[in-house]
Amino acid sequence: MDALLQSYLAIIVFLAIALVIGLGLLVAPFIVAYKAPDVEKLSAYECGFNAFDDARMKFDVRFYLVAILFIIFDLEVAFLFPWAVAAKSLGWFGFWSMMIFLAVLTIGFVYEWKKGALEWD
Amino acid sequence: MDGFISTYLIPGLIMAGKSVLLLATLLTLIAYLLYADRKVWAAVQMRRGPNVVGPWGLLQSFADFLKFIFKEPIIPSAADKTVFLLAPLASTVLALAAWAVIPVNEGWAVADINVGVLYVFAISSLEVYGVIMGGWASNSKYPFLGALRSAAQMVSYEVSVGFVIITVLLVVGSLNFTDIVLAQTEGLGTMLIPGMPNSFLDWHWLVLFPMFVIFFISALAETNRPPFDLPEAESELVAGFMVEYASTPYLLFMLGEYVAITLMCALTTLLFLGGWLPPVDIAPFNWVPGVVWFVLKVCFVFFMFAMVKAIVPRYRYDQLMRLGWKVFLPLSLAAVAIVAFILQLTGWGGVPVAG
Amino acid sequence: MILKPLFFYLFSLLTIGSALMVIASRNPVHSVLFLILAFFNSAGLFILLGAEFLAMILVVVYVGAVAVLFLFVVMMLDVDFVELRQGFLQYLPVGALVGIILLAELIAVLGGTLLAPDLAGSGAAPIPPVDQMSNIAAIGALLYTKYVYFFQAAGMVLLVAMIGAIVLTLRHKEGVKRQDVSAQVARSPETAVEVVKVETGEGI
Repeated sequence: MDALLQSYLAIIVFLAIALVIGLGLLVAPFIVAYKAPDVEKLSAYECGFNAFDDARMKFDVRFYLVAILFIIFDLEVAFLFPWAVAAKSLGWFGFWSMMIFLAVLTIGFVYEWKKGALEWD
Repeated sequence: MDGFISTYLIPGLIMAGKSVLLLATLLTLIAYLLYADRKVWAAVQMRRGPNVVGPWGLLQSFADFLKFIFKEPIIPSAADKTVFLLAPLASTVLALAAWAVIPVNEGWAVADINVGVLYVFAISSLEVYGVIMGGWASNSKYPFLGALRSAAQMVSYEVSVGFVIITVLLVVGSLNFTDIVLAQTEGLGTMLIPGMPNSFLDWHWLVLFPMFVIFFISALAETNRPPFDLPEAESELVAGFMVEYASTPYLLFMLGEYVAITLMCALTTLLFLGGWLPPVDIAPFNWVPGVVWFVLKVCFVFFMFAMVKAIVPRYRYDQLMRLGWKVFLPLSLAAVAIVAFILQLTGWGGVPVAG
Repeated sequence: MILKPLFFYLFSLLTIGSALMVIASRNPVHSVLFLILAFFNSAGLFILLGAEFLAMILVVVYVGAVAVLFLFVVMMLDVDFVELRQGFLQYLPVGALVGIILLAELIAVLGGTLLAPDLAGSGAAPIPPVDQMSNIAAIGALLYTKYVYFFQAAGMVLLVAMIGAIVLTLRHKEGVKRQDVSAQVARSPETAVEVVKVETGEGI
């Protein structure tokens, strides 16, 4: 148990050092760089005049669909991890148990394919 | 007081020392990989590439680095300032964080945790945040569109990366990187040719060759490398989510991207190319320390990344999504079932490792 | 190890603090970012318990996938949050009801473990010690054989979620031209090219 926590402590130390490097780089130009402030530099990159409204807008619902489908497949992968590790000791029962699970999700996958949810237009 | 020094201070200093050493080596390696990247494209296009700063341009990356630091940082007035600065920081720190569990030689890792592969998978699924946060916080049209595309793209290819990792795990039976590499000391070569020493034929790239190809291409898409660099397609989106960034915030995005690319190269090396194992386990090859082989293999995979960028034209977005969801996803899902079936049938593969 | 309680308090304070900020911050994007921070700290708490696998899955699924969707919706769906807040009082009774039910359930669980500690988890399989078997292998050994029905039920839930998402969101645009790769590849010179002999000065 302690050995386990110790290896995670190492990760935290590593993260802290990486964070220091990143923060150092982020702050450095605010201290050392030459500055010539100008209002025009602060405007958004556009074709010449200021944007009429907020740049954040509604967009195609398809992007949300991709995100939702990703969650589902990600969960499927999450279920596969312990199975892949223990597959050998589980024998044929474990194998078929997982195959039924995958088959159920393949039905969903075929459905979304046939419905055209994977088409991009 | 003595107890404090021996139980906390010394192990803490050792951890910090290892971390600093790894980070320093990694960042220097990346400086030269960047240089090599530009030299490779230059060679493909019959140009010379960087050749002015230092002998043969070897100091080019460091000159670029200094230039970024002395550039004026700009935060657009319409931007959400906290998130705007948090985004590049997150993209670099997260990309670096994954390196904590990568072993460069037997026992040479900052933290050799049981669930190493899962940790890297988790961290690489977070790399999308830098892009979304940067694109949103800029409050400008090009970054917004770039972020949108990028999020959908990174997410689509992550699923097939996950399935490919599962096939390797099935063969190995452990999530620990050291176990994965050591599992490659025996394989197709030693099994088919009696008396054959461990060689590159044993590594997973040969038994799982289709998976190797899918993993390589998905790695390109995950890290927004050409031909899948649509989030920053300069011909239409100028520079995608990075349009509004200047100075070191921009540098941090680029650094994060290259750290992530190098991480993918290291992951390919560990999962498919035998990590630190020598190509053939006989003298003179096994006199060379493992870490040298590891770095050489990472450089080789990176060379392939650079060549793809140099010679392949950019994908169109609908083609990219089609490839991810309609080709790679079913192929890798089928491969999981097939690999598991063959392993059950023949009794090959790893037994779960206790501890 | 004195560090263990230290990290426990650090992680739990950060979890509670960022959970409070989720409901307290005015900008919904900041709320989601605080939610992500809360997830990370909960993952830290799992690791302190020795549950590495759960910690990683929490990060993969919740931070890597669910929070991405939240961020997508909050950032890019053009919701007027001032308008949303106006109906706040109207939904208060329903919200309070859900909150009270959740609180009651939490008290029931907590009270159960406090009053009868030996009863809690008595129906579950015993947990092997972490230093003998990694908990990912322990989960693998149980989930697909002993708890096979729950596992298959989870698969069904995912199937319903997949179909539900498609039924609710999928709308096809009219008149969109799509690339048909098989049709492109199936073209041969006979179907694609016609050789015409053009006489000089005649035209076709």
